[in-house]
Amino acid sequence: MNLFSDRKYVISAIFIGLALIFLLRLFYIQVIDDSYKLAADDNALRHKIEYPERGVIYDRYGKKGDKILVYNEAAYDLMVIPKRVKTIDTADLCQVLEITVEQFRERLIKLKKQKFSSFRPEIFEGEISLETYARLQEKLYKFPGFFVQARTLRKYPRGIAPHALGYVGEVDENIIAANPYYRMGDNMGLSGIEKSYEVPLRGQRGVKIVMVDVYNREKGSFENGKYDTASVLGQTLISSIDADLQEYGEQLMKNKVGSIVAIEPSSGEILTMVSSPTYDPNLLVGRLKKQNYPKMVRDTLKPLYNRATMAKYPPGSTFKLLNALIGLEEGVITPSTTFGCGRGFHFGGLTVGCHPHASPVDLKFSITTSCNAYYCNVFKNVIQKYPKAAIGFNVWRNHVMSFGLGTKYPTDLPQESKGNVPTVSYYDKYHGSGRWNAITVISLAIGQGEMGVTPLQMANFCSVIANRGWYFPPHIIKQIEGGRIDTTYLKKRLTKIKREYFDLVVEGMRNVVTNGTGRIAQLDSLTICGKTGTAQNPHGKDHSIFIAFAPMDNPKIAISVYVENAGFGATWAAPIASLMIEKYLRREVKRPEMEKRILEANLLPKKEDWVAKK
Amino acid sequence: MANRNNEAVLQNIDWVLVLMYLLMVFMGWMNIYAAVYNEEYKSILDSSQDYGKQLIWIITAFFIAFVILVIDGEFFPNFAWPMYGIFLLVLIVVIFAGLEVKGSKSWIGVGSFRVQPAEFAKFATNLALAKYLSNINIKIEKLSTKLIAAALFAVPALVIIAQKETGSALVYASFILVMYREGLSGGILVAGVGLALLFVLALLVDELVLTLILTAIAALSFVFIRLKGRNLLIVGGILVAAVTFIYSVDYAFNNVLEAHQKKRINVLLRKEIDPKGAGYNVNQSLIAIGSGGLIGKGYLNGTQTKYNYVPEQSTDFIFCTVGEEWGFAGSIIVIGLFVAMLLRIVYLAERQRSTFSRIYGYGLASIIFFHLAINIGMTIGLAPVVGIPLPFFSYGGSSLWSFTILLFIFVRLDAYRFQILR
Ligand SMILES: [Zn+2]
Repeated sequence: MNLFSDRKYVISAIFIGLALIFLLRLFYIQVIDDSYKLAADDNALRHKIEYPERGVIYDRYGKKGDKILVYNEAAYDLMVIPKRVKTIDTADLCQVLEITVEQFRERLIKLKKQKFSSFRPEIFEGEISLETYARLQEKLYKFPGFFVQARTLRKYPRGIAPHALGYVGEVDENIIAANPYYRMGDNMGLSGIEKSYEVPLRGQRGVKIVMVDVYNREKGSFENGKYDTASVLGQTLISSIDADLQEYGEQLMKNKVGSIVAIEPSSGEILTMVSSPTYDPNLLVGRLKKQNYPKMVRDTLKPLYNRATMAKYPPGSTFKLLNALIGLEEGVITPSTTFGCGRGFHFGGLTVGCHPHASPVDLKFSITTSCNAYYCNVFKNVIQKYPKAAIGFNVWRNHVMSFGLGTKYPTDLPQESKGNVPTVSYYDKYHGSGRWNAITVISLAIGQGEMGVTPLQMANFCSVIANRGWYFPPHIIKQIEGGRIDTTYLKKRLTKIKREYFDLVVEGMRNVVTNGTGRIAQLDSLTICGKTGTAQNPHGKDHSIFIAFAPMDNPKIAISVYVENAGFGATWAAPIASLMIEKYLRREVKRPEMEKRILEANLLPKKEDWVAKK
Repeated sequence: MANRNNEAVLQNIDWVLVLMYLLMVFMGWMNIYAAVYNEEYKSILDSSQDYGKQLIWIITAFFIAFVILVIDGEFFPNFAWPMYGIFLLVLIVVIFAGLEVKGSKSWIGVGSFRVQPAEFAKFATNLALAKYLSNINIKIEKLSTKLIAAALFAVPALVIIAQKETGSALVYASFILVMYREGLSGGILVAGVGLALLFVLALLVDELVLTLILTAIAALSFVFIRLKGRNLLIVGGILVAAVTFIYSVDYAFNNVLEAHQKKRINVLLRKEIDPKGAGYNVNQSLIAIGSGGLIGKGYLNGTQTKYNYVPEQSTDFIFCTVGEEWGFAGSIIVIGLFVAMLLRIVYLAERQRSTFSRIYGYGLASIIFFHLAINIGMTIGLAPVVGIPLPFFSYGGSSLWSFTILLFIFVRLDAYRFQILR
């Protein structure tokens, strides 16, 4: 009866054959093909990025002073993973976000078209209000693919020092390509302190891998957090800026174009750095930045431009101090050496004019009265001391550079211009090799011509005189909490000029304030030393310059003030410098009339003048 | 007498097969626990969860198995017809009076206790077919025999289709394998495979192109093999039949099948990519299994199944949990266990002196085989998504009971093999 019993082999073979087909297929998908593993991770794992709070920046009095320059405020972004969005009742979500369904779709389509994987979270709506956030939180489970990510925004309680502090912005593709730490959507410091102290300020981003179920609900950490990295808070910075002084400086510079830089001579710490016109840094935070930044870029007065470190002006008469020092050091003059001045310096057919004053002029009087002829002679003699103009010029130039001019000394401020001190090769090129001499470049004697000095360099130059011959590179951060500032700021830089010569020049500067061109800066018993200057401006009215330090014997503050298109240095720059010194040393200004005059002055160029002259 | 009978049964039970059964049921239960694992209800005995319920199904299944073992061996052949009749009747009644679950009217039950009669009709049909084919006067060569035998399993299948449980109905096709063992021409298997191949080709390739290709093959065979007379007619006949089949498949696909059925087939044939819709289940299932790797993610560590990415993960897609948490190693063990069981059943069936028992054994093997092929095939993208469970593994009382009954009737028949020569 068991006729077909051989068929059991066929049937068994079919069974085994099926098993082999399955196992081959399983071997392929489980062992060989990796794509399913990636897809599984894509399904069930979410990389939650934890952004640490960016470091807070205090003013120079630190936490005790409790004057915060910038801190953080919570903000919420509605994020979306485009690939995970299911067809949902968009009307509900749109209602909460107060957008139309069309807008919703448009945004989603736009995000889906991006070149990045549409599995990565993108900001769907940035900086949603706390109220919207609360309403969303209740409904979010209904919208797979959407989640809220908390982050922080910079907040400037006093709205001061935008140029020093700088701003934070989203990284672009170039930054990402250059620095693998950053990812699309990350923020980083793009200017000022925010940029130069980006690493300590940002801290370290943390990544937490969590598992989520099909409804996008979190189900705990992946492999007990084996692959998680903890976030590290940004470090607190103590700036060298005096918030009150900075604020006062910004007020004084209102309706004026120019700059104030104040330095503590003994440390090189920048007390104040005003660039005017200024702006409220809160305007360049988050959403507001998109609206305000283009406007500021278009503004003809360039509020974003940091004049304090970027603008180059001829130093004008303030430069005479330096030529006096060089003349003394090179031995071409003594304090008693005199030169005659008949309304200026005359050599061959060349005349450098001077204002009427008594003659002859010795060193002290030359500073007090700012005599041009005196310095043309000093400069000429320095250069002519050497057999060739080029050699003499280089000696002179090295002295100039030792004051931090024409060079980029290490500083923690980005975008610093190195200014300009012309070189031998420049003149060789311009006039022909050996075809120029001291007279050809005589305008350098009085700080005009090719010289270019930034307000920061000018303040530092003043600081060198206050210190009688040395300086610490100017810097704006005093302390990094839990870290150390760059030691290069703590290395003294010396000039090659003897201290006794500085004393002579300082005496001259004191005279400027007591009975010279800068009398307006005088403040009762306070031993302010200063020097006026006027920078020739080929585009319009001259720039008003004043440098000063005080007190004479134990300098606490060295300051440079530039007011563009304001004419003679004594008129505007000197009183501003004086008020700033008063504010810093006395904490209170008791010259209301002078203060009022400055505060009310509007020295902005009239638009039509400005445009016409350009 | 009854006592002695029971002792004989226990002595003659094939413990290897029973052990395989126990192993599968236990593994199934563990995987159900992993698939629906719920942090809040950690106890595997928690009857509010599917794993707790499955335990109840398992215990009752053991009880059913025990009852079957103590029933007289003569009972099954003797009552094959009445049981077949009763279940056929129940199936028909269910169409009109059944509970509707997920669009198919195939359930009966009281309260939360529900069973699917279609599952149980399998063993009744198997009994009836064994009964019919084991009749001494039966000659399978006769057309009438073939037709009656086919009708025995085609009728319940049709009734089940009427319940909109196409998947369960398809299982009845597996009885062709039993008929093959009992003498049906092997050509039927070849023709079956050929037709299946042609079916797939008809859907993938333009019918006109396919017709031309087939004609070309026929023409070539005419030229090279120099067909003559009768053979020429046969080739011509096959060609005509094949072309007719192609066009009718095309027609049926476009006009008879419902949209969702068409979509499933298209997705399977990779003609459509639809990871959110019809392809979602298969895609997620492949991801779960594929991400298991060589040795799996470890028990209860499967993210895809545990976090519900795979639909129907405790029932039809239970193999995903195996694949994800136990990896390729686990897949080998489970598939190996099934093949071992199938071969064991074939071995046991062949040792029966009773034709009835042998045919029943082959029926059992064929049903398990079909479930295995379709169920695992669908989880790894080799078969269309047809909702049939993996025997002994999948969650669900109907399935577990039905397979327990199917298997233990055979164990009972096998234990009884010395006492009768039929
Ligand atoms: Zn003069």
